[in-house]
Amino acid sequence: MTFDELLEILSDLHPEVDFATETGLIDNKVLDSFDIVSIVTEISANFDVSIPAGEIVPENFNSAQALFELVERLSDED
Amino acid sequence: MLFTSFGFILFLAILFPLYYLVPKRLQWMLLLAASYVFYAFAGWGCLIFIAVTTVTCWYASLRMDRLQKRQSLYLKARKEALTSGEKKAYKAQVKRKKLGWFLAALLLNFGILAVLKYTNFAIVNLNAVSALFGGGQLQLVDLLLPMGISFYTFQTIGYVIDVYRGKYPPQESLPRFALFVSFFPQLVQGPISRYDDLAPHLLGEHPFDRRTVSFGLQRILWGYFKKMVVADRLLTAVTAIIGAPETYDGIFVLLGMFLYALELYADFTGGIDITIGIANTLGVPVKENFIRPYFSKNIEEYWRRWHITMGTWFRDYIFYPVSVSRPMLSISKKSRSLLGPELGKRVPVYLATLITWFATGIWHGASWNFIVWGLLNGVVIIISQECAPLYRRFHERFPKVGATFGWRLFQVVRTFWLMSALRSLDCYRDVPLTFSMVGTIFTRFSLTPLFDGSLLELGLGAGDWIVAGLGCLLILGVSLRQRRGSVREQLERSPAAARYAVAFGLTFAVLVFGAYGVGYDASQFIYNQF
Repeated sequence: MTFDELLEILSDLHPEVDFATETGLIDNKVLDSFDIVSIVTEISANFDVSIPAGEIVPENFNSAQALFELVERLSDED
Repeated sequence: MLFTSFGFILFLAILFPLYYLVPKRLQWMLLLAASYVFYAFAGWGCLIFIAVTTVTCWYASLRMDRLQKRQSLYLKARKEALTSGEKKAYKAQVKRKKLGWFLAALLLNFGILAVLKYTNFAIVNLNAVSALFGGGQLQLVDLLLPMGISFYTFQTIGYVIDVYRGKYPPQESLPRFALFVSFFPQLVQGPISRYDDLAPHLLGEHPFDRRTVSFGLQRILWGYFKKMVVADRLLTAVTAIIGAPETYDGIFVLLGMFLYALELYADFTGGIDITIGIANTLGVPVKENFIRPYFSKNIEEYWRRWHITMGTWFRDYIFYPVSVSRPMLSISKKSRSLLGPELGKRVPVYLATLITWFATGIWHGASWNFIVWGLLNGVVIIISQECAPLYRRFHERFPKVGATFGWRLFQVVRTFWLMSALRSLDCYRDVPLTFSMVGTIFTRFSLTPLFDGSLLELGLGAGDWIVAGLGCLLILGVSLRQRRGSVREQLERSPAAARYAVAFGLTFAVLVFGAYGVGYDASQFIYNQF
């Protein structure tokens, strides 16, 4: 998965948000729990990377960059 | 020992000076002793249950951590010697063992909770099914339900899950861990704290800080005011209305919903104010459990602001794990291919929502009322999700409407009444009666009872209504002030005379209009029973 593909998934959910720069997606309540689950299932369905529930913490979802790094790390572990 | 009893006030009066007199490194031990003394007043039998939960969760967490550490050492020592396949196999073996300890702790402790809390509910339902087929009936069993068991079990299981996930290392010391499980102010009705939030403060050293203690005492006083002046007074009227459904239908059901909303808020937030206030006077910050929930504009927002620590517990430990579990991801794939990507991707989220709300319902109590209440909350959340595009289109068409005060007020009032209507399932004895009583609001509607003196037959005299009404207005006023930040900090900046007037006024109100003034007995907090 590339960073742009991740941005596409995020923008589909909230077209009005600039995900490339926003760094408080959870802290500023941009994403709610439904959004988070949608993102996790999208990533799993399209890129075959499972994000376990224990990784669903604000630090991993506050920015697109953090989320991308999480996905990269999980892909490497696989 | 109720928060509202003289015994509890005496308990605090002994604890506080001792807490600040003993050497600081012993403070946590004193808190542990105090917590067990407090819990012993609920019955010696209760102590056994909390001790079992404490020891089993502490031990299982240590075992999981040992396995993880051994794995790291083993793999480090054989970094070059092992093949990638061997490493994977070893990791899988460790994971299985960890999972064993994890499941043992979960099953044992949820098992205890389930047996004590739900056995009789299961028997009643089995008997009902058996009766349909002319079968025999089982006797109900007399089981002890330890005070606060749902709260401390959930708090402790949250810790076990966090350690299993590797969020933080486990607590090595059993007594220190025991304090996290049993910290007395929050044993009765939460909040459900997280170990990494609470434990560092519980185990830290706390020199006496006049400001923190003073803020804590103010919070305690405010809690007593809400509980004893407002909640316990409204309880009388609410009990009268829901206790005689054949008499009090139509407008009374609506009134009952409204009064119960006020009573529950004053009762539960009052209890939490006392809890947080006591913890603050001990130098321990505790997470907020409510942020002016009745100002919420939709049900999702409401659940982010009401009983927050319970909501986040269910979100982090039920909703997320269920949503991203393998079965749910495979349902997601199937539903996408069957229903298309748009609708298909929402199916697993909604399924997880219903499962989470079923669990939330049954956590609140062993009855169909709570199960239906939980599921209805889930259904309303799903409907509001499905309606979101409609609202978006509406706001695109009428962009100015959304910004108006009138629209926001409409949203707040709508959410308040919706939640109040769902909450009527708390009140009536069974689900069909609840639905039929809510139905009478429409079929037997008449405003006359509000003006013909019937209100004075609900157990409250005119004076009580005035006191309760003024109390509610004061709570509303404080909530509005909170939007500008901490009310205690605002009060701190005001002249000394104003501060003393507030303190004396509240104390006077609690003493005169509270449990001691008008012949009431301070009653149990509603959430104690959960």
